[in-house]
Formats: sequence, structure tokens, C-alpha cells
Amino acid sequence: MHKKWSTLAIAVGALAMSSATFAAPTPDMLANACGGCHGTNGGSAGDAMPSLASQSESSFVEAMTKFKNGERPSTIMGRLAKGYSDDDIKAMAGFFAKQKLYVTAQKLDKKKVALGAKLQEKNCSRCHLDEGKDGKDDTPVMASQWLPYLQIQMDLYASGARKMPDKMAEKVKGLSKDELDALIQFYAAQK
Amino acid sequence: MTLDRRSFLKLLAAGAGAAGLPMIGHATEIMPKKGRRVVVVGGGYGGSIAAKYIRMLDKTIEVVLIEKNKQFISCPFSNHLLAGFIKDLSSLTIGYDKLAKNHDIKMVYDEVTAIDPAAKTVTTKGGSIAYDRLVVSPGIDFRTEEIEGYDDKTADLMPHAWKAGPQTILLRKQLESMKDGGTVILTAPLAPFRCPPGPYERAAMVAHYLKTSKPKSKLILLDANPDIVSKGPLFRKGWETHYAGIIEYRKAAKVTAVNTTAMSVMVEGIDEVKGDVINVIPAQRATALMASAGLIGEDKKWCPINATTFESTLHKDIHVIGDASSAGAMPKSGYSANSEAKVCAQNIVAAMNGKESVEMSGINTCYSFLTHDEAISVAGVYTVKEGKIISVPNSGGVSPIDYSAAKLEAPYAQSWIKNILTEMST
Repeated sequence: MHKKWSTLAIAVGALAMSSATFAAPTPDMLANACGGCHGTNGGSAGDAMPSLASQSESSFVEAMTKFKNGERPSTIMGRLAKGYSDDDIKAMAGFFAKQKLYVTAQKLDKKKVALGAKLQEKNCSRCHLDEGKDGKDDTPVMASQWLPYLQIQMDLYASGARKMPDKMAEKVKGLSKDELDALIQFYAAQK
Repeated sequence: MTLDRRSFLKLLAAGAGAAGLPMIGHATEIMPKKGRRVVVVGGGYGGSIAAKYIRMLDKTIEVVLIEKNKQFISCPFSNHLLAGFIKDLSSLTIGYDKLAKNHDIKMVYDEVTAIDPAAKTVTTKGGSIAYDRLVVSPGIDFRTEEIEGYDDKTADLMPHAWKAGPQTILLRKQLESMKDGGTVILTAPLAPFRCPPGPYERAAMVAHYLKTSKPKSKLILLDANPDIVSKGPLFRKGWETHYAGIIEYRKAAKVTAVNTTAMSVMVEGIDEVKGDVINVIPAQRATALMASAGLIGEDKKWCPINATTFESTLHKDIHVIGDASSAGAMPKSGYSANSEAKVCAQNIVAAMNGKESVEMSGINTCYSFLTHDEAISVAGVYTVKEGKIISVPNSGGVSPIDYSAAKLEAPYAQSWIKNILTEMST
């Protein structure tokens, strides 16, 4: 196909020599490039890096858009997100949403997970649906993410670098450090 | 010097001759080809990923991965051994068993001696293997003939440590045996070379060891380039903050000769600089195998490729990825090789199924450490414009100069190496 196009291009002249000889990047062409940091199909083996596998489309788009416009703090993600159009981001979102949840094997504290279960029921479950396995907009899928990654996010919230949604800020205000720790243990434990 | 150049030319001639002679057909064919087959040469950052992704995309294509070594040792993070952050290279060493099993990749542990683009065969010491498409991710050779006095034994005395493994360990041992108050010389070659920020990170890692274990010692970085090649202002700031009085940086200081007896190097043929430990990183090019197969371009160094498919512009059905390729704006890094491999895999599968090529989209991310818990990065997103790989305008770039991200980038860097080595080995 490509060869035919090239021959045609040469025949027609320089004007025809454009990117039209190739199909636009497919979702997997765009998304596979992320695997070097986020793992094959978005399943992260590194504990500071989030898994993207099974992330909801709207949460992925929300996160990337905020990285791109600087609303969400980042190290390299902002620099990378600027390299993609809104359509590219939507295509990648679709790719990762289709992947199976990546189950992390990490040491968790059963007591903390149990405490976290009670706390989330009361404080978080109205927005973080299905025990963190479902996500929408700025309430992403959090099930089975690595503890260090979740802790980094909580630290960014605490420092004010990452802006907490108002509803979340209200709930978090009344929770102790141990209780917040129990909550991230709970979400990390979900499969 | 003459010896080395002669042996290289001999190799070149032998290869070029062989490719055109029927002699090559006499190599016994191992694993006769039945269906459609891609052969991948080299199981590093590029080759392992190309093999894996071709199988992930199309299970009906047989993939044979030919690699000389049973284990792969990562260059990225190997500078940590020099600093003493890691005690050995085990965390940077991976095997191929799981990768081969998970994706049904056929492993051949052998050295490739020739590629015949016309017959579409690869010759190893054990025999020849036929292909429909070939992916070569061979890495680099050193242009040692450009350094006077550099011979077969030089690397044993003045290690390059630019291919991770015994050379890295040797350099670490030399640093350990050096007296306090000694001088370490590190020489960086003219760009382009493998891992553009590598020599500058190495300076920091060696300086960290000197500062903590041998505080009277110093390091002289002789850089052939007009200035620091990558993350310049960030490295300068990091060196000044942490290693003032230890690192001496000399730009436009190309090493033209070495003397292993006097333990010295000659800068631009004029200045002799003496050292107790001398780490000479010679200039580089694609491997001799690539030269013999006629895959190297007019620059006599690197392999020209189609920017979307990574197919060689010199030989049909042969794709070149990783450090050996001329990949436009993409640097010669592990991440680039990983990303290029995926682009290449997808377009090979498309071509073998009679489908249109897909426009490439690539990423590079490189972390460098300044101390044990501070790292800096450069990142980029790549696309093709007018047949060339370019950086997507207004994207990518380096860490903030105020080092505000450095403490956070260190754990991200650790997760990066974990993820990319896991991706290559599973």
C-alpha cells in the first residue's frame, strides 16, 4: 500500500510527498510508547509509577489534560503530555481502559486495610465508586495501585502542590495521618 | 592504532566479500523456515522489545531472537556501581527465559557473523538462518583507531565501561584501589554517542565516591565536545552544589592519544594529562557487522533508516533500531531503543499483512543521578515530518533548573529501570 503511494507521489511530484503515505498513529502506536515507564499495556512493576491498565477513559483524559496545561504538578508528565493532541490523548485513554487491571504484589497491613475499608465506606465511596475499581473524571481507578505511588499523591495534596477537589478536602480535613494511611492501604489491596 | 585499524578493515573486507560470494550459502541451515518469520539480532533494549511486540501483535509470525549472551546487563544505572550505590550488577541483569516462554520466541544464543541481504539469511557461528524480515539492534563499536596508542589491551588498563559488565566492575575496582589524593580522568567522545548524558552522570557518580571515600582526590572530565551535550545547566549546578573542588570540567578537550605505560592521555595532541585511574570512552559507530552487511550510511558511522518503519534505506526488509540507527531527533538511549522497537514491530506486522504503515510516535525519557537521592531528567515525544524524526514542537525538555523536582525524580528513575527491565524480560 505504502509503496504504491510512494510511486504515485514520485509520479505526481513534490506536492504529493506528504504524510498522506502513512496512516495516522493508531491507539496502540501512541500508547505502547508509554510502556517503558508504565509497563507493558500499562501494568507498572515500579512502585512509584502508576499502572495505567484499566484506568477509566475520562480519568485518563482528565489527568493528561491537567498535566498538559500545568494544573496538575508533575516531573516529566507535563513535558510529555504537551507532545499529544486532545485526540491522541483520547485514543490512548481508550487503549488503557481496555486493559485488564494490573494486580500488584505488595506487602500490606491487614489491620490497616480493614480500618481503611470502614473509613472509605463512610468518607470516600460516594465518589470513589466500587471500592476504587471504577473511575470517572477526577476520581480515578485506584484499585491495586502501588502504596508508594499513592503516598506520593497524598503528599502532593498535603503540600498544596496538587489541588484537592473541594469535596475531598472536606472529608480529608477530619481524618488523621493514620487514617489516611489506612485508606491508601485499602485501595492498594483491591483487585 | 595501526593494528586495530587494520583488523577492522580486514573484517570489513571479509564481510563485504562474503556477502557477494556463494561461500556464505555453504553454512548449514539451522531451523529451516516454514511459515512467515522475523529474525531479530541483538537482545538489548531494542531487540528484546521488537521480538516481544511482533509476537504480541501477530501470533502467526515466527520470531527468532539471536543473542550472543545468556544474560543482558543494563548500561543505564550501571554508573551506580561506580558510586557504590549498588554492590554488584545483579539488579541490572536479566535473562531471556520468561520472555521466550511468555511469547513463544525462539532463542538462539550465538554470535552473528554475517548478514546476506540478497539471500535473506543471517549467519551465526552455528549455521545460517533464513528470514522474511530482519530486525538488527546491534549496539555500538568503538572507533579506537582514532586514538593513537589505543590497542587490544588498552581497555584492560583504561576501561571504557561503556558496555555494562566486566568493564564496569573493572573501573569500580580501580577506583577502590586508588590512593586518596589520586586523580581520575574521564574522557567523553564527540557526539553522537550512546547515552548523551552518561559521561556527565558518571562524573557525578565517581565524584560521589571520591567525596565520601577519598576526599583528597579529584576528577578531570575531558570532553571532546564544545560543551556538555545533555542537561548542561543542570549538571553544572549539580556539580557545583555537591562536588565543588572535586570535578574539573574541560570542554573542547578531545583525547587524541593514550599512553598506558605513563598512564596519561594526550589532549588535542598537545597537553599530556596524567591520571591514576583513566576511563577512556572512545568515539562510536554502528558495529562491524553492520559495516560488512552494507547497512552503514555515507557518514561511515550509523545506519540510515526510514523514519516511520525503521527499514534500512540501503537494504530492503532489514530494519535497524537502537544506538546503531540514525534516528533523527531521538537520542541514542535505552528508552529510545525501546520506543523505536515498538514502532518498528508494529510496522513490520502491518507490512507482512499487506497493510499500510502507521505514522510513528515515540518517546524518550532519560534520568541521571547527581547523588543517591537526587535525579534530573530529559524527556521528549517524537513524530515524523518530511521523512525525518523530529521532536514534537513545544513538548519535552529537561527538569527545572532549581532542582525542585530532583528528590521526586529519584524514585521515579528507580521505577523506570524496574519497569523497562521487566518489560524486556517478561
